[in-house]
Amino acid sequence: MLDLSQAFHAALWQIATLDPQLLEIIGLSLKVTLTAVALASLIGFAVGGILAVYRFPGRGAVAAILNALMGLPPVVAGLIVYLLLSNAGPLGVLQLLYTPVAMIIAQVILVTPIIAALTRQTCEDLLEEYRDQLRSLGASSAEIVTTLLWDGRYRLITAVLAGFGRAIAEVGAVMIVGGNIDHVTRTMTTTIALETSKGNIALALALGMILLAIALSVNVALMGVRRLASRFAYG
Amino acid sequence: MGGLFRRRDILKLVLANVVLLGLAFSVSSAADNFIIVQSTTSTQNSGLFEHILPLFTKKTGIEVRVVAVGTGQALKNAEKGDGDVVLVHSQPDEEKFVADGWGVKRYPVMYNDFVIVGPAADPARVAGMRQAPEALKKIAEAQSPFASRADDSGTNKAEMKLWQQSGVDPKKSSGSWYLETGSGMGATLNIAVGKQAYALTDRGTWLAFANKSDLKVLVEGDDELFNQYGVMLVNPAKHPTVKAKDGQVFIDWLTGSEGQAAIADYKIDGQQLFFPSARPQS
Amino acid sequence: MVEHPTSQHAIHSGRLCTESLLPLELRNLSLETGSRRLVDRVDLKVQERGITVILGPNGAGKSLLLRLMHGLIEPTEGVILWGNAPMDDKIRRRQAMVFQKPVLLRRTAAANIAYALGLRGRSRSERTTRALQALELAGLQHHAFTPARVLSGGEQQRLCLARALSLDPEVLFLDEPTASLDPASTLAIERVLIDATHRGIKVIVVTHDVGQARRLAQDIIFLHHGRLIEHQPALRFFERPLSDAARGFISGGLVL
Repeated sequence: MLDLSQAFHAALWQIATLDPQLLEIIGLSLKVTLTAVALASLIGFAVGGILAVYRFPGRGAVAAILNALMGLPPVVAGLIVYLLLSNAGPLGVLQLLYTPVAMIIAQVILVTPIIAALTRQTCEDLLEEYRDQLRSLGASSAEIVTTLLWDGRYRLITAVLAGFGRAIAEVGAVMIVGGNIDHVTRTMTTTIALETSKGNIALALALGMILLAIALSVNVALMGVRRLASRFAYG
Repeated sequence: MGGLFRRRDILKLVLANVVLLGLAFSVSSAADNFIIVQSTTSTQNSGLFEHILPLFTKKTGIEVRVVAVGTGQALKNAEKGDGDVVLVHSQPDEEKFVADGWGVKRYPVMYNDFVIVGPAADPARVAGMRQAPEALKKIAEAQSPFASRADDSGTNKAEMKLWQQSGVDPKKSSGSWYLETGSGMGATLNIAVGKQAYALTDRGTWLAFANKSDLKVLVEGDDELFNQYGVMLVNPAKHPTVKAKDGQVFIDWLTGSEGQAAIADYKIDGQQLFFPSARPQS
Repeated sequence: MVEHPTSQHAIHSGRLCTESLLPLELRNLSLETGSRRLVDRVDLKVQERGITVILGPNGAGKSLLLRLMHGLIEPTEGVILWGNAPMDDKIRRRQAMVFQKPVLLRRTAAANIAYALGLRGRSRSERTTRALQALELAGLQHHAFTPARVLSGGEQQRLCLARALSLDPEVLFLDEPTASLDPASTLAIERVLIDATHRGIKVIVVTHDVGQARRLAQDIIFLHHGRLIEHQPALRFFERPLSDAARGFISGGLVL
């Protein structure tokens, strides 16, 4: 156990000196996940809002499928994207396999259901309060969607954070579609997996701590925005 | 107020998406000059690639991107055309790969050997044995824990061949003393350490493995433990997207004097991991 | 209360409407859920300007009737006619409604009004000017850039009323607007309503407060158990109610 803690401190020290390879890995993780979450938010907000406001046949089924997709295992999402982007697959011509774009696509698939489901819930709750007044004022269904999304913006931050958490922590999808290629598609989670498989447990742990610290910072930052807004009574 | 969204909203949405996709594409590597090599986790875990690939890139300007999976998966990926070159260590499968038309030609590259590692306490008393199948038989009789990769890899296929020669079918005891991890070499070794189990591993991965704890090499030197690596170009006739030219450059370098020297040069703690074995080109 | 002569061509805030929304006619109007009739075969006609008060005990169906008139709910049976035209979205846009609990967005007071004006297609600059004007008329100009949700209950309701009026409605509905407000706010709101009628706006208010009905009403629609019991000019209603239910209600009893 003493060995482990010594190695752990050694690893932390290596990290504290801002090893360029480490920065590269952190940078890629953040670029992939933040891009994926941003795209997933655009899609998720729209889908969630539309589901909450519009009545159409099959609405209940779509909502149920959306909820179920929140539990989609990352490795399955990765497999699906891999089969699509493989040279033997339908989208092989795009030559996207083993690139960060493939990783973004896989993470968008993982994150969108979460954001959409939470957005739908938020909008439905707000709709209870707002529906009659907004209809009285003459808002169309589309206008109601955008109004609810903007008005529920602080609750939607939580939805985005939930999506971010799922994406930054997953390894199954990015491993399969990215290939964990050095300097190209190696993220924090795939590095942790690799170092573990090489027996570098201490380094893997230290990297895990860094990952947690980053995720925590993002959360704190966004919740700070929320609290600031509450103070000005917009929340 | 007709239409789903006002024009201004649509414009904002499109702009946002364009910016994000631009960011996404900028994130992908700028280098166009690269090949993808499907190889195995054992080769990657040994650290060999970190040592030899920069030399190749420096000489030719071609970047080499390695996707490390099990031998079986590497070959299947190559059949799909998701790679330009395959570097694995399972000769019968490699020959079948070429025979079936997925690969152009098989070149031997290097070899190392497998070893059986196990706890220092050695409950099955196999330390120092030179016949691997006999050692496995003793482990089975002692019902000592044995961690197997069970993942269609070159290492796993070698292991199953040894069990066959020993006359024991370990799969009947799967879940009791025979642990089928379905994982790569490193993960399997971690489990072996955790469970104080025996395991078959290639020497390269073992030397580079940082979590040995009290496991040691107990059985080595059997001819049956010989581990030969082969490299093949994925057949461009089957997949026109294969970068045949650059792929062949890599194969030629790897099997040529420079590549072979680089392989021999790679050592951990003064010990050489891989031994060059390419046939000299005429 | 000054009465305006009814006219076929209503000139309202400088906009010439070809057809007035009055008279309002409800024919055999019913709203059912399952087995219960929440609004039961209501027939009535409202043609006078001024304030019409819908009065009755809680659960009488007053709010539902109001929502039916404003087109927020579809009736199970019967028709709603405004100026001899059936209720539709176009007619709804010529009306506005204030609810019992103020419904405001998470924005400033001015932004809330500007939002409503934006829905009606006003340009950005027009929205801001008109919003500030509306706030001034309501005496809320110093709260223009305060988040709406920070305002007191009375201020919020006055804001909702200002928002509704900024849309230049021809008909203004209010559902128990002062039920939870203090007397000062109640007075302020009632004053605005009376002033609105002077500008030609038809006001229809739901209340269970007899005193408020006495203060505001030109005519009274009395509902009980979803049925129309009486529709009379206010003075006559209070002096000589035709039904026992109305009599009991006016004198402050519990009408079952």
